[in-house]
Amino acid sequence: MSFNLEAGRCLGLLGPNGAGKTTTIEILEGIKDADSGTILYKGHPVGKRFQTEAGIMFQSTALQDFISVHETLIMFSKLYTKNADLDELIRQCNLQDYLDQDNRKLSGGQRQRLLLAIALVNDPEIIFLDEPTTGLDPQARRNFWDLIETIKTAGKTVILTTHYMDEAYTLCDEIAIMDHGKIIAHDSPENLLAAHFNDVIVQLPKTDIPDTNDFPFVLTEHNDKVEITTSDVNLTITKLIDLNISLASLNIRSRNLDDLFLELTGKELRA
Amino acid sequence: MMSLKRLLTLIYTRNKEFVRDRSSLSWNIIMPILIVVGFAYTFSGDFITKYNVGIIEQDISPSSLNSFLTTRYVDFIKVDNIDNAITKVQRHQLGLLVDTHNLRYWINSDSADGYFLEKILLSSTKVKLEKQTVSGKEIRYVDWVIPGILSMNIMFSALFGVGYVIVRYRKNGMLKRLKATPVTALEYLSAQVISRLILIMIITIFIFYSTNFFIGYAMHGSHLSLFFIFALGAISMISLGLLVAARITSEETAGGLLNLLSWPMMFLSGVWFSLEGTNPVVQQLAEAFPLTHVTTAARMIMIDGAQLVDVSYHITILVLQSIIFLFAGAFMFRWE
Repeated sequence: MSFNLEAGRCLGLLGPNGAGKTTTIEILEGIKDADSGTILYKGHPVGKRFQTEAGIMFQSTALQDFISVHETLIMFSKLYTKNADLDELIRQCNLQDYLDQDNRKLSGGQRQRLLLAIALVNDPEIIFLDEPTTGLDPQARRNFWDLIETIKTAGKTVILTTHYMDEAYTLCDEIAIMDHGKIIAHDSPENLLAAHFNDVIVQLPKTDIPDTNDFPFVLTEHNDKVEITTSDVNLTITKLIDLNISLASLNIRSRNLDDLFLELTGKELRA
Repeated sequence: MMSLKRLLTLIYTRNKEFVRDRSSLSWNIIMPILIVVGFAYTFSGDFITKYNVGIIEQDISPSSLNSFLTTRYVDFIKVDNIDNAITKVQRHQLGLLVDTHNLRYWINSDSADGYFLEKILLSSTKVKLEKQTVSGKEIRYVDWVIPGILSMNIMFSALFGVGYVIVRYRKNGMLKRLKATPVTALEYLSAQVISRLILIMIITIFIFYSTNFFIGYAMHGSHLSLFFIFALGAISMISLGLLVAARITSEETAGGLLNLLSWPMMFLSGVWFSLEGTNPVVQQLAEAFPLTHVTTAARMIMIDGAQLVDVSYHITILVLQSIIFLFAGAFMFRWE
């Protein structure tokens, strides 16, 4: 694979389980060695300097037991020569109410915010986030998205992996869809959707569709609904009215990244 | 290049974690105290094995002493160094010392064992034997065993306190997180060695003085020399723990390997009983164990009042073992 990322942009690496997202991100971080190839940062091969300018949030990391949130942040900040303002970081990651809490007693959301704060403790220029919101409830996820938006606003470069298409769509300037260790599509979410789809999906309850063989549309069943894929919504609706089908529960939706993902990888997300 | 700031940060945090882990801390302090006190009261008298006779053999023993040398329930131990053997008679560790070639024997005038063994010796032969009388205070079993127990405690704390912890950190991703920082493997491993060394020494010194206060065992050497030997032994065994934990990712495997190392060391390093008179293979195997050298050197300092120069052989072995274990461990170390 080969790709470029401009400073200050947010790249999302998407792909099914086993596609190679974490391996790719860990090679970029310098945690794993690449079998071959080169990784350039600011025009030079990544080296020791990169480690001091990068912030990393792993998919799963244990923290030292019996140590508080504040002590953990102090410990990590002392491992670097360049540091972010700790008070500002605590406020930014909303950790002020848990500073004296033992690491073992943190909730999922609090823990992820602490891990993000650790990733930011050296005031990095580039930040790697490996599935940062996996396992969080919707409220905690939205809260985390706000934090990442704040980081982006500060001009940091962000590379994140995620299984959540809505997360990628909301946060990423560009996304790269991976499968079997290769990038199979790479562009902004809008461009990718425009390049692959020129149609919309019309959804109707299954019970509203007559049981006949000469129905003029190809139907895709999805739970208790059927879906009609069409590039001309007006014509489709006119035909449905002509067939005396109730439009009371009709729903029209644009194609999204979930559709693109399934279109390109041909399988459901293996979360 | 090693950063002192990062090293001190890692040491400080690790020590804080250990001290706050009350159950682990209590176990590390209470367990050895219980063992020391337990042994002091259970074996408050003489050595467990009674009726030891040292035999100085040169060429072929005269048949005139065969009757004595086949006495049942007496351990006949071949000795090579007469001076050491005489010292053991002075300390009641040997009931009698017999030179079968020159037909003479040494006895401690205060030893009850010596009294009985002398009676048996003289009644079993008609030849005239030259009697050499020595005197000296008895060394109780607790005096003899205490250096071994303290050394053994250091071994368990070093092997499991470092080896097991590193494997746990590797398994749960803590090491991987540290790898993503500027911390180097050498800094991390050095921090583990120093951190554990500080804890071991504080605990060992506390146990030494607190149990000595109640039991009052023999201490004829320098306290500083003793603690130097304990510190050197701790470094050696912590390094061994690092070597064991260099690559393992399973706590079960680490536990098995550490047990495989610690149990033979515990029984074959002369902690509980003297290796004199045991199978030569066992004695050679014991030479390879750091615990043997810590125990022997500590015992020499505490009981014989030996100085560091007297235990230089053991110091050399421990230094060499520390260097080999530490470098091999650092070379093989994997963060993940």
